[in-house]
Amino acid sequence: MGKLMRLRDVGLHFGAVTALAGVDLELHAGERLALVGSNGSGKSSLLRVLHGLLPPDAGSVAAEPGLRQAMVFQRPFMLRLSVQNNVALGLWLSGTGWSAARSAALQGLDRVGLRELAGRSARALSGGQQQRVALARAWVRQPELWLLDEPTASLDPHAKREVEALMAAFAEGQAGRPMTMVFASHNLGQVKRLASRVVYLEHGRVLADLPVADFFNSQRLRAVSGAADLFVKGELA
Amino acid sequence: MSTFSQSAATALQLISAFEPALWTIVGRSLLVSGLACLLACGFGLALGAWLGVARFRGRGACLTVLNTLLAVPSVVVGLVVYLLLSRSGPLGGLGWLFSIKAMVLAQALLVLPVVTALTRQVVEDAERGHGEQLRSLGAGTMLRGAMLAWDERFALLMVVIAAFGRAVSEVGAVMIVGGNIDGFTRVMTTSIALETSKGDLPLALGLGLVLLAVVLLLNALIALLRGWRQRVENGATLSLAGNVA
Repeated sequence: MGKLMRLRDVGLHFGAVTALAGVDLELHAGERLALVGSNGSGKSSLLRVLHGLLPPDAGSVAAEPGLRQAMVFQRPFMLRLSVQNNVALGLWLSGTGWSAARSAALQGLDRVGLRELAGRSARALSGGQQQRVALARAWVRQPELWLLDEPTASLDPHAKREVEALMAAFAEGQAGRPMTMVFASHNLGQVKRLASRVVYLEHGRVLADLPVADFFNSQRLRAVSGAADLFVKGELA
Repeated sequence: MSTFSQSAATALQLISAFEPALWTIVGRSLLVSGLACLLACGFGLALGAWLGVARFRGRGACLTVLNTLLAVPSVVVGLVVYLLLSRSGPLGGLGWLFSIKAMVLAQALLVLPVVTALTRQVVEDAERGHGEQLRSLGAGTMLRGAMLAWDERFALLMVVIAAFGRAVSEVGAVMIVGGNIDGFTRVMTTSIALETSKGDLPLALGLGLVLLAVVLLLNALIALLRGWRQRVENGATLSLAGNVA
């Protein structure tokens, strides 16, 4: 599998607080990487470093030239525009003409099952619907790398299932191109269902980086990190 | 008390009889303050939106100066504009002193910091909450400022109203640069000051009531607009909830 990104000894600080320390990570095309860990462990910071929103203050980040990325946040921001225009905006900002962007937005909304709401005010939608609009906004940009920061954390169970189903569908890729996905999650069931590889973070450090089957095998996980094993047991208890 | 009630009654008569002397002054006031606001908002909204998202060396000092300018007395602004426009001043060649243009300029300079500082605060709060997501979509500094300002347009309408209120109610700057010339540069506030000193309380009170009514009307318009917007958004939510059910 081709290497999409490589992080070497990446560190990030917010004043005296260490968000990331000595992070080494390689991302390969087509894998679905889950970031797990307690609150404040560095999952969101790592996603932001991967996306280029936060420049690391130590180490290096190397990405494949021209790599198309899109990020979906826990609470998506919708401008006071229609649903269609909110999706089109994502494409327009990446250089597509406005009318072409609006047409593509309808396709994106079709993809997430919200075409009938295209003309509605995006702010009037429910949390789950807004998250699907955010997924459509990311999808129309045809990213090769998806970054998702706890996209289902603030949703009800029904909306959670809908968004997770879309994530699974997007992970299959578009037009034969492999899709790479990195997502942060507290939901270990979701991690089991969606991820191919799991990274466990604690205090900004990567303590475990394993294929999903090994991560959920207590014996193998304990051999790598006792703390990660305790975390999984605590979460599943 | 009887002087007040008599004056108020006469003032209401002047207003309802559409007394030309009163309504000419009102019209001139609205024209001067309206143009000053238009000018100040044109610059101030753009500058404030940019300041809300831009990060540069010296930004803190820049904001301190801006916030200080919020409290500048109108007579000081009037004095500065007077010095600029006086015959020996750098802009004396324009020949604007004691004209409507000078009054518009003075009021625009007076409210520019108000518009800029309040816009900066509104946009900066929005940037703190959502700027990261717009950056993630590829929006640069200028575009982000413009998008967030547009998104906060209802809050910024309040800023415009506040600026107009500051402009229409000030007396010091227009008195100095306009000269309070009857039929030419006399506006509501300078007229109220003059008529009160002359003892013509009904006209002064009449103008005062109109001034209050103008501000009240603007606030009522804003409240209606906000209510309408809220109803539209709530209506859409209810309708969607109905669809789901």
